[in-house]
Amino acid sequence: MKRLELSTRAASTVDAVPFAELAEHPRARGVVLTSDIAWDALKPYLARLDLIVLTFPIFRDGRGFTQARALREYGRFTGEIRAEGHVLPDQANHLRRCGVDGVMLGENADDAPWHRELRRFSTVYQRAIGDVTPP
Amino acid sequence: MNAPIGHYQYDSVDRDFLAARIDEFADQVARRIDGALTEDEFKPFRLMNGLYLQLHAYMLRVAIPYGTLDSRQMRMLAEIARTYDRDYGHFTTRQNIQFNWIRLEDTPEILRRLASVDMHAIQTSGNCIRNVTSDQFAGASADELVDPRVHAEILRQWSTLHPEFTFLPRKFKLAVSGSPEDRVAARFHDVGVIARPGPDGTLFRIFVGGGMGRTPAVGKEIFDSVREEDLLATLEAILRVYNAHGRRDNIYKARIKILVEALGIDAYREAVLAELAQMDMALYRLTPDMVAAIRARFAAPDLTAPPDATATFEADRARHPAFDRWTRSNTHPHRAPGYISVTVSLKPAGGIPGDATSSQIDGLADLADSYSFGELRITHMQNVVLAHVRQDRLFDLFQALDELGLATPNVGLVSDIIACPGLDYCALANSRSIPIAQKLSARFGDPTLQEEVGRLRINISGCINACGHHHAGHIGLLGVDKRGEEFFQITLGGRSDNNAAIGEILGPALPEDDTVDAIARIVDRYLSIRELGETFLDTLSRLGDAPFREAAYETA
Repeated sequence: MKRLELSTRAASTVDAVPFAELAEHPRARGVVLTSDIAWDALKPYLARLDLIVLTFPIFRDGRGFTQARALREYGRFTGEIRAEGHVLPDQANHLRRCGVDGVMLGENADDAPWHRELRRFSTVYQRAIGDVTPP
Repeated sequence: MNAPIGHYQYDSVDRDFLAARIDEFADQVARRIDGALTEDEFKPFRLMNGLYLQLHAYMLRVAIPYGTLDSRQMRMLAEIARTYDRDYGHFTTRQNIQFNWIRLEDTPEILRRLASVDMHAIQTSGNCIRNVTSDQFAGASADELVDPRVHAEILRQWSTLHPEFTFLPRKFKLAVSGSPEDRVAARFHDVGVIARPGPDGTLFRIFVGGGMGRTPAVGKEIFDSVREEDLLATLEAILRVYNAHGRRDNIYKARIKILVEALGIDAYREAVLAELAQMDMALYRLTPDMVAAIRARFAAPDLTAPPDATATFEADRARHPAFDRWTRSNTHPHRAPGYISVTVSLKPAGGIPGDATSSQIDGLADLADSYSFGELRITHMQNVVLAHVRQDRLFDLFQALDELGLATPNVGLVSDIIACPGLDYCALANSRSIPIAQKLSARFGDPTLQEEVGRLRINISGCINACGHHHAGHIGLLGVDKRGEEFFQITLGGRSDNNAAIGEILGPALPEDDTVDAIARIVDRYLSIRELGETFLDTLSRLGDAPFREAAYETA
């Protein structure tokens, strides 16, 4: 797996444990949040987390966008949000603008379409939480 | 040419955006062809550019935001019909236009030609916020309180490539009205917005969870008086709850109406308020400056008429009975003295509802230039409106329309039928909708009979997905397949106005020709039992459906 950058926030090096195990690992600083768990389940843990990995079971499951945006906007989370699973280059700007910092791709995945998408549009029609210049 | 009066004027930023969007789509087509995208991955992206795969060919649905376009854009639609389709287009119940015979390889070029006149096909399909609809008489109607186009344009822009709401559980349809008379079917949309003036600026009444389909629902009021500055925040909050909690396990239970039904409107409202309580309201505030900046992109027509305009018009009516009849059915009162709004019927007797040939589309563009400041609107009833016509020139316009075969005097009457494309085009349909629509409009083609019958709306859907809005028809027809034969189920009493209601099934489904006969008997029964001044719906609500059931199923 390789990580593709969507923002300029430095990548975290901590390990992520499944959400169900988070309570048993008081020193864990990373968590994997599946799309069926509401972001606020992480509220008690946010202060100690450096990394939240959002999983996309299929690219059409858009709950991860709401989770990411809520973690930034409501949870004031300032660590890394990473996307894993089935995501497509065509979603690069959606992820970035919802506050996702990086996406995990297969080792042989082609980065070029991701970079093309990050530079595709010079305008946006709404304000969003993750509106920073792409890397 | 002058700035368009009816819709938002694009600038270089908007045009650069459209060009980039087309490049993105061309890139997606190329990645589909080289295998980088699977068909399942490509499908949502082509849908979000309006491209469907139908029964026989690709279909391209072009967005006409809030149904309004200018003559230059209308001519481009005619050119696309001529060059890339079979010389016609089909205006839809979402105020858009569909081309039914498109080749995939032509679509990037078609999109570029559309972009050359500031048009696109963005979000006319897919599980995203769809093209925003509005009142076809916006900015013209005598009864209007707030011109809804400004806020419709604000919502169009806000929803365009929204980062959070592009991969929703299901499609999401918005309508905006600014009149006390609901002409946008606000209560049959995922979200319906009705604007009105308040003491400190515009206020918005918002309905949520309406829709047609296999589980029809009348939208419920979630908020009565949202302030303008909170409009976008409120819509964000409504969509956040839906995106997080809407069902994704079954596409037939994925619309917001199912979630609203499951939670109840009070719990849904509480969830939205909980979002709003956490939101950074400053980030989503719709400021007066932002509204003014959008409003400034709309040019205003100069609505001065000669003092004798109305007198000339009345004299023309007195001299020409056919014109007088057409005026009664096909015009709507204008806010400016000496002006009137015209609905051009695309429902000739025996015709296909909503279809127009390229020469008719061109002809309408010419008439818009001559009579209505170069501006046209598409209605959700699949007709075309020329909104600002001087009354003393109306008779000339009527004659010109007649030459184009577009002077059918039936707007709002029994042959002004809404029908989905049906099995002639659609891969989902169980039955053909168009032939029965043609038979019904031919059966009721006599203008005198139609006028005597009065306001009566027939809606026809070729399957349970209800694209012909049969649930909202005063008489609704739903095509069903019975062992390979097409039958139609009749519903009565649907309506999409302020008293929105879902039609109720009358009895067993009938074969096509028997259905036409049954409807003719229903109409005859209405004429024989109505009281003075009663519409079909009035008589139905006074007497119930028993007399109509008896008429429909009587065998001679």
